[in-house]
Amino acid sequence: MSMKFLMGNEAIGLGALHAGVNLVAGYPGTPSTEVLETVAKYRKEINPDVYVEWSVNEKAALEVAAGASYAGARTMVTMKQVGMNVASDPLMCLAYMGIKGGMVLVVADDPGPISSQTEQDTRAFASYCKLPVFDPTSPEEAYCMIQAAFEYSEKYETPVLFRPTTRVCHGCASVQVADGIRIHQPEGFIKDTSKWVIFPRTAYQNHLKIVDRNPEIGEDFSQNRYNQLSGTGKKGIAAGGISYIYAMETLSQETEMPCKMMKVATPYPFPESLALEFLDGLDEVLCLEELDPVIERELIYLCGKHHLNVVIKGKQTGNTASAGEYTVESVKKYIQDFLGAESLKKAGITENLVVPELPQLPVRPPVLCAGCPHRASFYAVKQAMKGKKAVFSGDIGCYTLGNAAPLDMVDTCLCMGAGITMAQGLHRVEPDAVNFAFIGDSTFFASGMTGIVNAVYNETDIILIVLDNATTAMTGHQVHPGTGKTMMGNIVDKISIEKILKAIGIQSVETVDPLALDQAIAAVESAASKKGVKAIIFQSPCVALIKPAQKMQVDADRCIHCKKCIKELGCPAIVKNDDGGAEIDPSLCYGCGICTYLCPVNAISTGKQGGADHE
Amino acid sequence: MNKSILLSGVGGQGTVLASRLIAAAAMDRDEQARTAETIGMSQRGGCVVSHVRIGKDIYSSLIPIGKADMIIGFEAGEAVRVFPYLKNGGTVVVNKSIIAPVTASLSDFQYHAENMIAYLKEHAGKVIVVDGEAIAEKCGSSKVLNMALLGAAIASGELGISMAEMETAVKEKVKPAFLEMNRKALSLGAELN
Repeated sequence: MSMKFLMGNEAIGLGALHAGVNLVAGYPGTPSTEVLETVAKYRKEINPDVYVEWSVNEKAALEVAAGASYAGARTMVTMKQVGMNVASDPLMCLAYMGIKGGMVLVVADDPGPISSQTEQDTRAFASYCKLPVFDPTSPEEAYCMIQAAFEYSEKYETPVLFRPTTRVCHGCASVQVADGIRIHQPEGFIKDTSKWVIFPRTAYQNHLKIVDRNPEIGEDFSQNRYNQLSGTGKKGIAAGGISYIYAMETLSQETEMPCKMMKVATPYPFPESLALEFLDGLDEVLCLEELDPVIERELIYLCGKHHLNVVIKGKQTGNTASAGEYTVESVKKYIQDFLGAESLKKAGITENLVVPELPQLPVRPPVLCAGCPHRASFYAVKQAMKGKKAVFSGDIGCYTLGNAAPLDMVDTCLCMGAGITMAQGLHRVEPDAVNFAFIGDSTFFASGMTGIVNAVYNETDIILIVLDNATTAMTGHQVHPGTGKTMMGNIVDKISIEKILKAIGIQSVETVDPLALDQAIAAVESAASKKGVKAIIFQSPCVALIKPAQKMQVDADRCIHCKKCIKELGCPAIVKNDDGGAEIDPSLCYGCGICTYLCPVNAISTGKQGGADHE
Repeated sequence: MNKSILLSGVGGQGTVLASRLIAAAAMDRDEQARTAETIGMSQRGGCVVSHVRIGKDIYSSLIPIGKADMIIGFEAGEAVRVFPYLKNGGTVVVNKSIIAPVTASLSDFQYHAENMIAYLKEHAGKVIVVDGEAIAEKCGSSKVLNMALLGAAIASGELGISMAEMETAVKEKVKPAFLEMNRKALSLGAELN
């Protein structure tokens, strides 16, 4: 054993490698991304036979893993919670069919949400698709628990869900890591249509088996070492995930545990026997869990089933928040309110902390980086559509940030790939509007293509803008089919977005560098003048992948303080100086030069020729 | 000895590496460490914080309000924003300059570094102001701000980590080509105390 400082996601990735995983597939999504990256990083030194891929989307990833699992391989699939929606079609069926080689789906939830569209709870999804779910509380627990998840998966021949939340995924801790690994040799696929082909009859039979099996798993979970009871008293706290950690941060200050405590590491199937032991002799219970009241509902159900007179408190009684992320402070407050300050000797004392009133601070939302080519693309479309009725449908990625002032170029954003199809619906109702759909290169491959086929086939009028920055930028620059690289480290043919669009039947496809602003604007104007589906690929690499070009500067003598560059671009490198003029921060400027196009007096340049130097 | 350090700044300033270095230095002498970082969308020029906690019997990687021994502010306003986390009489190591967000440039709001530093000096136990820009200029890169701040934090004696321990951690984590530059920034930061 050796001690390593690991991020929760790294602990999960390493844990899976040590558990003998053979194949890992996933789609990037905060906060899950680093799990698969860790497998790719350590694969060669730990087990070079492991296969790893970023699939085009979560559905594809799950199906690749399902095939491998049918052939007896241990597999892991990684995604964020909304990725589970994409993967739900194969997952619902796979839950009925079962697997041979252990299969664990790591689905990271994001209370807050910090970087997501929803606060959906994968524990609730587990109960909907009737699959066991593990809920780790810390990186060190996640490392061991992922290995246990593989064992349960094989024991019950079922996919198992593993759902860490953001604070577990992105928290780092000192983790005891094993030296050796378990080698798992897949047996190979053995044909058996009654087992591997889903038919209504098989579904019916397997449904019955699952209904019988799950209470058995619940009993098994009651013995699971990650589910724990402690303390004594008439009041109890039931907690899971990071909320348990926050509760312990408060309760561990006491010399004695001031109440009964149940840690729930396997929320579904619920460990009922253990929970009955917990409920025995209690008057009230406080449930501490982020997202859905999963533990709370299970306990209410148990109390009804066994006629127990225990009051279950939590989200549904208004004792804890129903949405958003919990904190050490909020959980402490819930515990103080529940147990009463008098029963807490140390944690009950409200400290005399002097927090002086803060001065006014500027809000600092995330923004498109200085030099980001998306800014140029959005600006080009905005200029070309000035005074015209146009609606801009956005999508998921860095470019969602194009909604912020002053660009204000994202009117709708729903889920991966939805911009393209929503633009079609918007246009059906208001045919006099010009409807744009913006989509990034990775999202295009993930879920954009079917929407474009729909647009061409159904003869709609939209302008598709592909923002191709040659990477999956938002989640930290992952490879995708257009990058020509794989997670196995191979160089492969790049799949051309332009060729795909032409093959689908779009007549007007133009590839333009958005930083050449005049050409970019002209391309949009030309597309807007045509009928049918038109596509523009704005191609320019993400600035995080390239070295800065010659930086721009403002000639203070020429600057007329009109602030047009600030007001129209919202570039973080352009700031207002004390004199009221514009100034460019050289540590942030990437030299994209689009500000030079805007300046009415040519005051912005690289400073070399003393004037604007764009073509 | 338990220590809680909060690092705050703007996405892209290098807070994550700095928090990992503090944790690595603590772990090298067999202490337990936990960190929590902002990763994802906020990294694009938004507020970022890294919580670092060292010692035994620590459950949460997030520092409770009023429990940070030290704030290391990569940007003066962001140091102020997280000020409620600082314990009474705690130490603040802060970069002298500010980064005006787009929202400030678009409004009439006057955002000045001096006001931020003055607030910190009035309310914190001890404030060490680091001229990040000057050190960056001497080292030839704006990327060394994290090292300069760490240097100052170590020299204050409040971080509980020695210069030698940090240098070992830096050697392990930083590419050899950038080692000398980072070492220089560390020692320039330390000289300020």
